[in-house]
Amino acid sequence: MVSRIALAWAASFLLLLAFAVPWFLWRNDALFAGLPVWLWWHVAWMLVTAAVFAAFARRDWGLFVEVGR
Amino acid sequence: MTLSSVALEVGVVVAYMLVALAVGLVAYRVTDRSAEDYYLADRGLGTGVLLFTTFATLLSAFTFFAGPNIAYASGPEWILVMGLMDGVLFGLLWYFLGYRQWLLGQRKGYVTLGEMLGDRFGSRTLRGLVAAVSIFWLFPYVMLQQIGAGEALVGLTGGAVPYWAGAGLITLFMVVYVGISGMRGVAWTDTLQGVFMLGITWAAFLWVATEIAGSSGGLAGALPAEFRALGGGVYSPQWMLSQAVGIAVGVTMFPQVNQRFFVADSERTLKRTFAIWPLLVVLLFVPAFLMGAWANGVGIPLPEGENIVPVLLAEYTPGWFAALVVAGALAAMMSSSDSMLLSGSSYFTRDLYRPFVNADASSRREDVLGRVGVAVFAIAAFGGSLLRPGSLLEVGSTAFGGFAQLAPPVALAMYWRHTTKAGMFAGILGTQGFYLATVFGPTVTLGGVPIIASSYFGWFSQVVGLVLGLVLTVGVSAITTPDTTEDPETYVDALRAD
Repeated sequence: MVSRIALAWAASFLLLLAFAVPWFLWRNDALFAGLPVWLWWHVAWMLVTAAVFAAFARRDWGLFVEVGR
Repeated sequence: MTLSSVALEVGVVVAYMLVALAVGLVAYRVTDRSAEDYYLADRGLGTGVLLFTTFATLLSAFTFFAGPNIAYASGPEWILVMGLMDGVLFGLLWYFLGYRQWLLGQRKGYVTLGEMLGDRFGSRTLRGLVAAVSIFWLFPYVMLQQIGAGEALVGLTGGAVPYWAGAGLITLFMVVYVGISGMRGVAWTDTLQGVFMLGITWAAFLWVATEIAGSSGGLAGALPAEFRALGGGVYSPQWMLSQAVGIAVGVTMFPQVNQRFFVADSERTLKRTFAIWPLLVVLLFVPAFLMGAWANGVGIPLPEGENIVPVLLAEYTPGWFAALVVAGALAAMMSSSDSMLLSGSSYFTRDLYRPFVNADASSRREDVLGRVGVAVFAIAAFGGSLLRPGSLLEVGSTAFGGFAQLAPPVALAMYWRHTTKAGMFAGILGTQGFYLATVFGPTVTLGGVPIIASSYFGWFSQVVGLVLGLVLTVGVSAITTPDTTEDPETYVDALRAD
């Protein structure tokens, strides 16, 4: 049986992939501090990705890859 | 360009070579004469070194030259492609393919990808095929690096050094240096150079940003209207996704990157690298590519055959600083090539020479052969860079797609117990044939639907090839039975959690 933890991590990874490009800002040209808002999204999203990866590495490293866990 | 800045650029390049050689000599002294130590630094790289050697190997020249050129021509959206490609996707592949490969390497002692697959399927032919396919794409790619470095040296010296001498000098340097140092030395210089690159990129970025912010239009004025809006121009969703997926997957099968999956010293190193990766991506690409986009906005013309970052820096910073960046980029190019030479040589000696020519070669002999292999590989590529056959150049420029085709069969072999040898051959040969046909063959359509084409409704052929690879490998595996030589348990046992 697939554990709830595994499902949650799989969903998080998919979410990270899906919004690495902010599709909801497509053709949006607003600026903040002289730079496009979508660029700030990118910076924030990379920080979120690093945080999620770090949390995964600390809590559930080995999931999906090692056999029998 | 003034004489003093030429002298400075050449000085930085020469200084880089001397430092690299010194590092190489130290590495030679601490490396014992075995193939595992020469190719993989005895699987002993820590977090900082592994992080930067992978990063420098992967992205060096692209960061300073080709990437900002794209941002200059088409807009800064390429930053998002990099974020998806290297920040998220490569990070996940690092875990799913890389960590699994690392575990298998630790327990079974594999040095190359071909060796790992050959063992699982009990097939010398499969081992040789993976190596041959890899070398087929790698060789012309190394050639392109040599051409680039040779031309950069010509530009650097204002033509005082002719092209053949520039490319020859760089080849000679790399042969001596890689031949001596092996993976440990290569990784150490990559680290020095990665730190240098990151520092100088930020110095350049802050310098240019301060100048532009103080001008009448400010930072906002330096972004053309079309560049502010996300998408548009070449940037369609299919195009961005095709680039990100094709390159990220291709990178994992590039020998010099794939081999780095084997070299971490501990699980802790892999964990840290995994988490830091997205931070490095944002730190390096945002400043580098924004400079390209700004150069367009402030109306700096890009002369034919030049790169935008040096041109921009010449406008806003003193000559010595621009010279430092250019020389750094040239060093970066060399540091990518040296890793490729080392890996190319290991694929050749371990997966082609040993299994097919001399099975009884001792470890000592293999070590010598590996170093000779580096020289042969580099000199042959140098020959190619002088003759520049058109078809080889095209193979080099489409190498990422070619490597990407290996990924679906390899991933299935590692994760799906029912993968058979026949399935592997079908997946590898089928997709390589398909991809080569889309690169070199005529376009074939059937009732408006592309059959053989470079683009499928906006999706690149290399992405279509990934799906084909999955279908072929799974399909043929499903209708064939494993040989008696095949042993799925080798992997399962090695991967069991402690």
